[in-house]
Amino acid sequence: MSRKLRYVAPPAVSEPDLSIDSGATARILEGFIKKEVERTGLHRVVVGLSGGIDSALAAYLAVRALGRSGVVGVLMPYRTSSPSSVRDAEAVVGDLGILAERFEISELVDVFAAKAGPIGPRRLGNVMARVRMLVLYDRSAEHDALVLGTSNKTELLLGYGTIHGDLASALNPLGDLYKTQVRELARTLGVPKSILAKPPSADLWPAQTDEGDLGLAYDEMDRILALLVDARVAPGTVVARGFRREAVERLRRLVVRTQFKRRLPVVAKVSTRSVGWDFRYPRDWSS
Amino acid sequence: MQATRVALAQIAPKLGDIKANLDLHGDAIALARRHKAHLVVFPELSLTGYVLRDQVSEVALTRESRLFKKLLRTSATIDVVVGFAEETPGHRYHNAAAYLSKGRVIHVHRKIYLPTYGMFDEGRDFAPGDLVRSFATPRGPAGILICEDAWHPTCAWLLVQDGAELLIAPSSGPTRGAKPGRGITSVPVWHDLLRTTAQFQTSFVVYVNRVGYEDGLNFGGGSAALDPFGRVVASLPPLTEGLTVAELDPEVLRRARTAYPLLRDENLELVHREIARIRQRRFDVPDPLDMLFIPETR
Repeated sequence: MSRKLRYVAPPAVSEPDLSIDSGATARILEGFIKKEVERTGLHRVVVGLSGGIDSALAAYLAVRALGRSGVVGVLMPYRTSSPSSVRDAEAVVGDLGILAERFEISELVDVFAAKAGPIGPRRLGNVMARVRMLVLYDRSAEHDALVLGTSNKTELLLGYGTIHGDLASALNPLGDLYKTQVRELARTLGVPKSILAKPPSADLWPAQTDEGDLGLAYDEMDRILALLVDARVAPGTVVARGFRREAVERLRRLVVRTQFKRRLPVVAKVSTRSVGWDFRYPRDWSS
Repeated sequence: MQATRVALAQIAPKLGDIKANLDLHGDAIALARRHKAHLVVFPELSLTGYVLRDQVSEVALTRESRLFKKLLRTSATIDVVVGFAEETPGHRYHNAAAYLSKGRVIHVHRKIYLPTYGMFDEGRDFAPGDLVRSFATPRGPAGILICEDAWHPTCAWLLVQDGAELLIAPSSGPTRGAKPGRGITSVPVWHDLLRTTAQFQTSFVVYVNRVGYEDGLNFGGGSAALDPFGRVVASLPPLTEGLTVAELDPEVLRRARTAYPLLRDENLELVHREIARIRQRRFDVPDPLDMLFIPETR
C-alpha cells in the first residue's frame, strides 16, 4: 500500500463576521448607558417607542442599565401609524414595567402640513420625525432625562434617517450594531416575538418597509457594509466574493452621499482655533 | 530580583480630573498596602484619563508638580507606577509613566509608539519618547512599556537586553465589541501578546489595563501578571474595577531562564550588525561600524 499525503483544505474566508457575543455586548452597552447618563448628573432617559425592534432593544438595554424608574417610554403615533405598531410599543412598556406616555403627533403634523402646502410623503415623513424629536427633547426636560438614540449602524451608514429627527439624541447605544446584530441582541434580551418577527418599517406611510425603501434585504446590506466599512475590503473584491455589483455600488454611493448626516455642519474657518476643526475636546470633557 | 508582590490596580480614571483621580489612587494604594504589596501599578494616563485631546496641556504635570508630591509621599512605604501627561521644561507633552519609590521619582518612561490610526490620535496630542531603558527598583531590574509600546516587540526586547526582569505595561486599551467564544475581543488578543512577550523575553510581565467609558470608547480591563513561562499568575476580569496582587517568584525566573536560555543565546552583536546594514540601506547613512576600520589604500 502506498502512503498518501493527505490534502487538508484551509478554512473558508470568515469575512464578513457579523457574529456577536450577546451577553458581553449587552454588558458593554448597559455600562455605556449608565456611565454616559450619570456623568451628566442625571439618572434617566426618555426613549421614543415606535413598536419597532431598535427602540425596543434600546429600552431593554436602558432598563438593565438604569432600572425601570430610569426609563420613560414615549409613544408618538400619527393617525396613519399602524395599530400593530402601537400595540407592539405597549407590549414593550408592559413587559418592562416602565412609565409610558402617549403623545399624539397628528394635530401638530397636520397643522404644519396645512401651512406648508402639498409636501408629499417623504417631506411629511421628515416632519413627523422632527416633531417626534421635538416631543422627546421636551419630555426629556420635563423628566430631567437624556434622549436615548435608537439608530443602528446600518441606518447611520446609509443615512436612512431624518437629520435633526430620529438621528437626534444625546447618546446612542445601538449606533455600532448592524440591523442583523440588533435582531440577535434583541432576541437574547427577550424583546417580544411579534416585534422580532415583523418586517422593519419607519411606518411613516402605510405599507412602508425599510427593505422596500432601500431596495435590498438587511442580511445582504449588512454583509456588504461589514466588508466595505469594517473589513475595509475594496468594492471590486466584495463583488468578487459573490455579492451583486449593483448592490455593492449602490450601498457605497449611499454611504458617501449621506456623510453630512453623520457630522455637525461645516464651519468656515476664519480664526486660529475653530469649533469642529482645531478646538478639539472630548464630548465627555471633564464630566 | 527578589520575591515581589505586585498589585494590579484596574481603575476607571475620571477624564480630566486629577484631584478625583488622586483620591482613586489613594484608595487603591491603601488596599494594595493592606494586601502587603511592594509595588502597585496603575494604568496608562491613570491621573488624567485617556481621551484628553486639547486638554493635554491643561492637565499635564512636571515631575516637580505639587500634585505629584502627594503621590511621592505615599511611595515612602510602597512603590507606585502611575500614568500621567508629562510636560517637559521645553513644553513638550508626553504620555508618560513614572516609577515612584521611597519618595523619589526613580524612572519616567515616555511612550515611544503613539498610536495615530483608526480610533487613536495620540500623535496629535503628544510627543513621542525616545528612550527605552531598564532601571533598578528596590526589588530588581524593571522596564516600562506603555500600551502600544508592547505591540512593538523591539521595545520589550531592548528592555530585557538592558537587564529588565520585570516588564510593566500600563495600558488604556479600548474594546472593539465581543464575539461568540472569545468574549470581549481585545482581552484575548492582549493575553496572547503578553504571553508571547513573557515567553520570548523570559521575563515577568505585569499588564494593567483601565476600565470605564470615554466618548463611547469602552476600556476593557483584563489586567494580568504573567511569569516568564507565560503563565498567568494573577488576573482581573474584563470591564469591572478591581485590584489583585501577583506574587512574582525569582525562583520561577531562574527556572525559566535555565529551561529556555533564549537570552543567553541572543546574538546582540549579530542584531547590531544587521541593523546597521539595514539602516545604511534604508536611510543611506554611513555604517557606524565602517568607521572602526581604516580603509586599505595603495
